[in-house]
Amino acid sequence: MKVNRNKTFYFIREGVSSIFTHGLMSFASVCIIIAFLVIMGSFILLAVNITALVGELEAENIILAYVHENLSVSEASALEHSLRAIPNVANVNFITREEAMERFIGRSADDAARFRDIDAATFRHRFEVFVEDVALIGETQHDLRHVPQIASVNAHLAIAQGLVTVRNIVTWASIIIVAILLAISLFIMSNTIKLATFERREEIAIMKMVGATNSFIRWPFIFEGFLLGVTGAMAAFFAVWGLYSIAFDRVIDFEAGLFQLVSFSSDIAIPVFLLFAGIGFGVGVGGSGLALNRYLKV
Amino acid sequence: MIRMTDVFKEYENGAKALKGVSFELNAGEFAFLVGPSGSGKSTIIRLLIGEIAPSDGVVIVNGQDMDNIKMRKMPYLRRTIGVIFQDFRLIENKSVYENVAFAMHVIGASRKDIRQRVPYVLELVGLEYKAKARPDQLSGGEQQRVAVARALVNNPKLIIADEPTGNLDPARSLEILTLLKKINELGTTVLVVTHEKPLVDQFHQRVIAIDGGRIISDALDRYYNYESQ
Ligand SMILES: Nc1ncnc2c1ncn2[C@@H]1O[C@H](COP(=O)(O)OP(=O)(O)OP(=O)(O)O)[C@@H](O)[C@H]1O
Ligand SMILES: [Mg+2]
Repeated sequence: MKVNRNKTFYFIREGVSSIFTHGLMSFASVCIIIAFLVIMGSFILLAVNITALVGELEAENIILAYVHENLSVSEASALEHSLRAIPNVANVNFITREEAMERFIGRSADDAARFRDIDAATFRHRFEVFVEDVALIGETQHDLRHVPQIASVNAHLAIAQGLVTVRNIVTWASIIIVAILLAISLFIMSNTIKLATFERREEIAIMKMVGATNSFIRWPFIFEGFLLGVTGAMAAFFAVWGLYSIAFDRVIDFEAGLFQLVSFSSDIAIPVFLLFAGIGFGVGVGGSGLALNRYLKV
Repeated sequence: MIRMTDVFKEYENGAKALKGVSFELNAGEFAFLVGPSGSGKSTIIRLLIGEIAPSDGVVIVNGQDMDNIKMRKMPYLRRTIGVIFQDFRLIENKSVYENVAFAMHVIGASRKDIRQRVPYVLELVGLEYKAKARPDQLSGGEQQRVAVARALVNNPKLIIADEPTGNLDPARSLEILTLLKKINELGTTVLVVTHEKPLVDQFHQRVIAIDGGRIISDALDRYYNYESQ
């Protein structure tokens, strides 16, 4: 269809005015979009936080590789190269026996006096080994043991396994929950729009009678769907933002800084915003376009 | 304007609504289409406005063969035909003015043209003073005049009315038919389906009578008395 200023003006006016003449329907559609997006947003933010928490714990999940006692500092630190070459090793950090002792004493600050006479010789040179994927920590431990100059290797396999399980559960649970929510909301949304178009089937029949093209009939509905979808998405975004900020403050108050929610920074806000806008647009425009199809075949 | 040649129509359930109908209505003509209930009058109207396709035969409207028309072109053909129904078919939540202006928006008319044309046709049907009223605030006769104004507003070559007086009392019916005749005198071809013999007799126009899906009479100023047969 030729783009025509008269028509464009008409579509916009019709789309906007029909939102108000079918106020209850519009209100219902916007509410459904908001409810869906708020629930989905909550799950996404929950998953983001659990993932971040698991990530932090994983980062702390290091392997300690103790060097044979008969190696000198320079011989021991020279091992760094061969350790880095092992698959899945992200980083290694050499710690001399003196440094190890200081850390040990520092950690027991309260009774530092008791350890004053401790001899660095009771400690061994060691490497802190950071891994890329916690799930492979068992293999990495095995590889480290095969380095001849390494006397023993200490990894928290059970904890690592637990973290991996938590991460997998969170990932799958959020995928499944979002998919279910999406299906439910599409169903409700398409029914809402079907009802709205059913309400207007006579109007559509009249439009056809006076010679309206299908696209002419569709545009005001699509524009209306677009406005409703985007309005719902915006409202949902600010609702999620507000609710999350409240939760964020509460967690800081109660947990006294031990544990902190991921802040609603642009790293999270922008993807959430885009996701909401996309779903609002898709559900609004796609839903109204689809629901109309069967009334246009006259 | 209209030409039907040996038109047959069998509905999907097997009902044979038309059994070889042929007639012609030339530009500028006025004709009544009469017949008992179930004789096939509405079927003819629906064929003419492209709502259904014939099972056999040729239907030509405003130079367009209705059997070969592309779906894409149908809206443009419909713009050359004004249609009026027994049940008015107005949009309830639009004013009289908007109901008529609507048909012009559909064809992409400019706001300036709409502002000139709509008051003109409302005056023609005698409803300029009701422009702001909603359909449910109007009498049946007034609602039908709005439908006539809407059918007229895009200046169609042909106006087709399926029992436009079916819901009106005799005085209102006479008003509507008089209005349609007046529109015909202004140059538009008009085909009116009606049941009302006394009214038809007052107009002394061409009368096409149909019964059992066949044309049984087509003559000037004569209502074929099928009831007495
Ligand atoms: N959609 C349809 N499906 C099946 N049969 C139909 C359909 N529409 C009409 N018919 C049948 O076709 C025949 C002609 O119907 P039509 O509606 O054309 O009659 P009509 O002359 O307009 O009658 P009325 O004066 O009651 O409006 C009737 O026997 C009717 O039952
Ligand atoms: Mg009929």
